[in-house]
Amino acid sequence: MKLVKNAAGRFVPTKVNGQPQIPFKGVDKYKPTGYKAKPPIRTCIDYPSDGNKVVKDLKTALKKAGLKDGMTISTHHHLRNGDVVTNLLFDVIHEMGIKNIRWFPSASFPVHSHLIKYLEDGTIHHIEGSMNGPLGKFTSEGKMKGVGVLRSHGGRYQSMQDGEVHVDIAVIAAPTADPFGNATGDRGKSACGLIGFALGDSEYADRVIIVTDNLVPFPCVPWQIQGNNVDFVVEVESLGDPKKIVSGTTEVTKSPDRLLIAEYVADFIEAAGIMKDGFSLQAGAGGTNLAFVLFLKEKMKAKGVKARFMRGGSTKYLVEMLEEGLTDYILDGQTFDLEGVRSMRENANHVNTSPFTSYNFHGKGNFASIVDTAVLGATEVDVKFNANVVTHSDGYLLHGIGGWQNCLYSKCTILAIPSFRDRIPVIVDDVTTLCGPGELIDVIITERGIAINPLRKDLIKAVKGSGLPIKDIKQIKKEVDEICGGVPAKPKFNKEKVVAIVKWVDGTVLDSVFCVEST
Amino acid sequence: MIKNLKKSSAGKRGDSVRSDCYFEIELKNSGGIKIDLKSKVNVMYGESIKQMILDMCKFFGLKDAKILLEDNGALPFVLAARFELAIKRLAHPPAPSLKEEEFNITELNKNFNKEYLLPFNEKNLYSTKKDQLRRSRLYLPGNEPKFFVNAGLHSPDGIILDLEDSVAPSEKDAAQLLVRNALRSVDFYGAERMVRINQLPKGLDDLKYIVPNNVNVILVPKCESAEQINQLEKEVEKLKKQFKVENPIFFMPIIESALGVIKAYEIASASKYNCALAIGLEDYTADIGTQRTNEGRESIFARQMLVNAAKAAGIQAIDTVFSDVADMEALRQSVLEAKSLGFEGKGCIHPRQIKIVHEAFAPTVEEIEKAKKIVLAFEEAKEKGLGVVSLGTKMIDPPVVKRAIRTIDLAILNNLLDKNWKKKQ
Repeated sequence: MKLVKNAAGRFVPTKVNGQPQIPFKGVDKYKPTGYKAKPPIRTCIDYPSDGNKVVKDLKTALKKAGLKDGMTISTHHHLRNGDVVTNLLFDVIHEMGIKNIRWFPSASFPVHSHLIKYLEDGTIHHIEGSMNGPLGKFTSEGKMKGVGVLRSHGGRYQSMQDGEVHVDIAVIAAPTADPFGNATGDRGKSACGLIGFALGDSEYADRVIIVTDNLVPFPCVPWQIQGNNVDFVVEVESLGDPKKIVSGTTEVTKSPDRLLIAEYVADFIEAAGIMKDGFSLQAGAGGTNLAFVLFLKEKMKAKGVKARFMRGGSTKYLVEMLEEGLTDYILDGQTFDLEGVRSMRENANHVNTSPFTSYNFHGKGNFASIVDTAVLGATEVDVKFNANVVTHSDGYLLHGIGGWQNCLYSKCTILAIPSFRDRIPVIVDDVTTLCGPGELIDVIITERGIAINPLRKDLIKAVKGSGLPIKDIKQIKKEVDEICGGVPAKPKFNKEKVVAIVKWVDGTVLDSVFCVEST
Repeated sequence: MIKNLKKSSAGKRGDSVRSDCYFEIELKNSGGIKIDLKSKVNVMYGESIKQMILDMCKFFGLKDAKILLEDNGALPFVLAARFELAIKRLAHPPAPSLKEEEFNITELNKNFNKEYLLPFNEKNLYSTKKDQLRRSRLYLPGNEPKFFVNAGLHSPDGIILDLEDSVAPSEKDAAQLLVRNALRSVDFYGAERMVRINQLPKGLDDLKYIVPNNVNVILVPKCESAEQINQLEKEVEKLKKQFKVENPIFFMPIIESALGVIKAYEIASASKYNCALAIGLEDYTADIGTQRTNEGRESIFARQMLVNAAKAAGIQAIDTVFSDVADMEALRQSVLEAKSLGFEGKGCIHPRQIKIVHEAFAPTVEEIEKAKKIVLAFEEAKEKGLGVVSLGTKMIDPPVVKRAIRTIDLAILNNLLDKNWKKKQ
């Protein structure tokens, strides 16, 4: 495999799975031209005039959709670890004897380790999406036939829009749908809130199959997915385990150290002057993220400050902010708990969004860059503020990128991370895998202090005299190395064998993930 | 002495274990050292872990053994404590006995009482004062290393590594080595370094692990007589001389029984090293046959007695721990009440309690204003060479001045007063 050095100094292949690749050219340096991809022309007279697109089962739908070897099949991850539809889908594909599928999920979860046997027997050629947990280990050990492609949520949309990925068949699990294919995620026994990650698939795929366990008479309102884009509807008994689709409640961390980090985050947002009337923020559902929202809420109440909008990952904590009037809107990308689902159903100001509305590289503007501050995590950061979210320091793929890369465009991007986990330093000299260029990462907040990117002189000035523990990132790293017993050794890779590539939001290749040498 | 044994183990194992490890040593009669290392940080630190094990084998003269290590991210000071314990436990085997002559352990027997000491973290070489601020003291179970490393980040006035109630009787030896290593290696970030030893006389055995390793305060649980403190003082003096310890080591007797309360003054004045007298209400209420309540009427006598005894002996009075970690408002009320009774500190069992305790012990605006006037009057009198300090028409006695200075210090610490307040006056 031929590797070239990209603008970030990383070695990346110029061709992956037979497709030519463009090496990363720098942040905002690559602008493709031409026209967007388009789906084939369809005609309504080819569809039942009574609007009933229900077929007997998934196999029938796949057959009618023209499933063939080597096709690209997409799924979404709103059912999270409760998803049984994707596993069922590949059981059927396997049974049909189809090979070499490119699986294009918006994310994968440990429940999908069921698919390892299909990666082994050639039913699935490779994954373009995320390779979490057991799938990550499988990929890192060089066992996947093709090369994995990791994209952000926005990057996934970009790849469909500019034609890099053409989806042959989109299979969309929908908690409620009607026979015409209108579908929603905000109700039904498997309700997951919204299904925005499937929106692009419904618009760009050749064929679209809705799979539901709650078929209602036409019309299904609201229609988060429009039946006009849908070819077939399949009814199944269950989409999955509701307890694993959304948690009943999301829990704030109890760890004193994580709470300290969260408190520093809230203190920083206040001290830097970000927390003012009409501000906006992005919060996730990690324990530290939930906690900082709670600390910030107290500060907002004390000062009488109200936000204009909050982006999530919605949870009951964001819902409380909305209902107590501390924010005008929630712009929701995925719903993490039952309160989030209820709020989205009942409250018009809890808005369902998709990667198109939020993170669209080929859009005429970018929501993500309007947000005042985004608080995110990382598996590693380095002293140049570069960050990694996909591999661990032992070299194994473990997580997807999610919306993380897209959120880096906020006006103040904060990584809230412990300085080490057990004995594993999180601040390193050089990240194992580059997922986010340091120039977009403004602040790193750990329990041992806060490091501000030297590029952000404005922030450094703003928090001067605040009493916050501002430190040089190298100083924090030194402290951590002393605690952990020296600079950690690097994993051994087979540098000849790329097992996956990490895409930047514009579709260029930011870094390679190499095969782990077994010890 | 290693006697007739083959196998030993130390540490913790299992999926839920974090930042700790498990060692097993099986003595062999030949074949050298074989290490079976299972570590989640193998890629990053596997080599350095193996190197440390080999160094320690050499240090103790362990020559032929199979060593199993299951490591869940233990830091070096933890690994060293656990492995040293596994070696020392070869003398106390639950294992089947075998004849000594079968094993090559002459050298091991010779080195058996040696201590494998990691280098002292230079950040920890500070000492404290008898009247140090002791508003908050955070209890950490002495055999739970995962809490040690970040405890100081929460800024308690003191951190207590506990060898007593939080450690299972079968793990006392484990906690002694772990606490010793922690005192040397873990950065306390300036917090006063405290150890709660076991109840005397058993607690005397704990001293050799802590006295040479720069402990600042020794907490003495279930104290009931002056003789106990005298005994402690004698032993500490002996060890200080033996190990050439120059830093002061203070004592904080904890009163936890009816008898202890009655003897409070005698205990408080038993040693010049006493810096504070603390009360432990869980055991006390049990001892007097009642339940502990939030209002605390059942312990009002004991607490007032303790404050009185401490002040009479010229040392600090420190209140019990507040055990409901979820109720911060009740904690705040409890501290305010303690402060009104004359207590100067409170025990914490969760880092989140520290900030609340400090806030509640902070002086009020009125207290600060009054203290400022007193301090200024005092300094004015000093400047003019006056022997008597007066404010308006009132004479001010030295204890009042001392208290005012303390109030000012606390106000500055809590960001309630600028440290250059006199210039701005």
